[in-house]
Amino acid sequence: MRTIVSTAAAALITALTIAPLAYMVVVSFMPRGESTTLPTPLWPSRWSLENYHELLVRRQFDGAWFDYRIVPALVNSIGVAAVSTALGLLLTVPAGYAFAKLRFRGRERGLQLLIASLVVPGQVAMLPLFLIFKELGLVNSYAGVILPSLAGIFAILFVRQATLAIPDEMLDAARIDGASEARIFRSIVLPLLTPIVVTLALFLFLGSWNDFLWPLIVLADQHLYTLPVAVAAIAREHAADGELMMAAAVVTTMPVLLLFLALQRYYLTGLLGGSIKG
Amino acid sequence: MTRQERTGWLFSAPVLAIIALVFVLPTALALALSVTDYSIYALADWSNLEFVGLGNFVDLLSTPLFWRALGNTMLFAVLGVPMAIGTSLFVALLLNDATVRWKPLWRVLLFAPYVTSIVATAVVWRFLFNQRFGLINRALGAVGVAPIDWLGDPHTSIPAILIFVTWKIFGYNMIVFTAALSAVPVDLMEAARLDGASRWGRFRHVTLPAIGPTLLLATVMSVAGFLQIFAEPYVMTLGGPAQSTTTVLYFMFDEGFKWWNLGQANAVAFILFLMILAVTIIQTRIGRRHEWL
Repeated sequence: MRTIVSTAAAALITALTIAPLAYMVVVSFMPRGESTTLPTPLWPSRWSLENYHELLVRRQFDGAWFDYRIVPALVNSIGVAAVSTALGLLLTVPAGYAFAKLRFRGRERGLQLLIASLVVPGQVAMLPLFLIFKELGLVNSYAGVILPSLAGIFAILFVRQATLAIPDEMLDAARIDGASEARIFRSIVLPLLTPIVVTLALFLFLGSWNDFLWPLIVLADQHLYTLPVAVAAIAREHAADGELMMAAAVVTTMPVLLLFLALQRYYLTGLLGGSIKG
Repeated sequence: MTRQERTGWLFSAPVLAIIALVFVLPTALALALSVTDYSIYALADWSNLEFVGLGNFVDLLSTPLFWRALGNTMLFAVLGVPMAIGTSLFVALLLNDATVRWKPLWRVLLFAPYVTSIVATAVVWRFLFNQRFGLINRALGAVGVAPIDWLGDPHTSIPAILIFVTWKIFGYNMIVFTAALSAVPVDLMEAARLDGASRWGRFRHVTLPAIGPTLLLATVMSVAGFLQIFAEPYVMTLGGPAQSTTTVLYFMFDEGFKWWNLGQANAVAFILFLMILAVTIIQTRIGRRHEWL
């Protein structure tokens, strides 16, 4: 009896939480204008793809091409997120390992500075960073979008924490056998860190995909917009077109939701620190 | 230099250099610029730049919209933190109950909103909050509540955005609390049960002390998060109605990138930083007193 009640409570809360996402999908398939009829429909009268068609397909209007630039923005977002994830891993994983296991002067001081800098909100650096990037010619470029995301303080600490668990004896044994430091990292440390690297890759990808404020600041050219910036721009002009906006929201949220569902095992255990069972 | 020393630097120097360029240097510059009149004129030619000392800060104090933004941000934090943390803790406790079936399924689905884009889901929620056609008013109408103009009324705009934010983020802290709850000593819980401690008593004297540090950390991070609220009002209300959702960061963005008053905007950024720092220090103090740290 208690099992039924508690499970039903959990199911109810979950249903309420998922409802907005489900409704978003349902409305995106309604014919244009249906969502703004009374009483508010919960289900499409017929399933229609016209919102996706309007959003994703280029059309000619009075001799000029017109589109919402969602497909280019989708491509931009995938590119930006892929590059920031790859470069982010390349930079932070070796650094996290170095801070955990390699003895070098300045390590402790560096670590303290990294931890202290977690208190400073990123927005403080944002305005001067814009000016610096303007001097460097990085404003309105993907380099300008990606570079700040590579300053992965959290990522370094995350990798360091996981690396601490690798026994020193293992690394020292390899050193005595004559393995180079690079080889130790590649052949011993990286394989052991694989789950952590996957988790971090997912964190970095989602972070980049969902980032809004900085791309909004640094990108002026519509052709360079990432998905959230493009969606915010469309939302300003097409607030009344519920079905169209829901289709845009679906296009923005679904890729990462599916990625998360596929890799949730890594993501959630990464957050849980491996402490929880079923 | 030993081989390890060389490798250590080789591995850490690139990312440290980037952190210095995009974080440390700009943060230092932010302080420097906050005492100048950096504006669109200085943007064109550096020689127009003048030192104004604390002028920007004094100006801000006499700007009504800044006070408004400060008040709104405080309201977001004061209402939002208990709402978000309370929901997370409640759900984590519910899911921690041994009798609940299919826990991993609920956990994954409850976490899903956290990984979605703020902009896209804010668009969805703006639609749900629509006065005439929104699903929320339809649901309220079913129990006899008159339609509410959620995002159009200055009294309900902040609660509406908070409902959205809570929905979006509670899954994250729920997972964090779940991890902490799994560390609550089972034998202590049993002993309390045998001694006849009530449900609330067991929570107060066994669970709470065990998850205290996690709770504190989650609160610190949530306060910082709510003080930095921006994208939600930007997409849902454009800071309105009647400036009721203009936050400090929203104000800073407008000052900086709409009016190009970068000196003034940097002063705002610094005040925001000091606020977050102050709140963090206070919370850490409280934590120490309760021996949670």
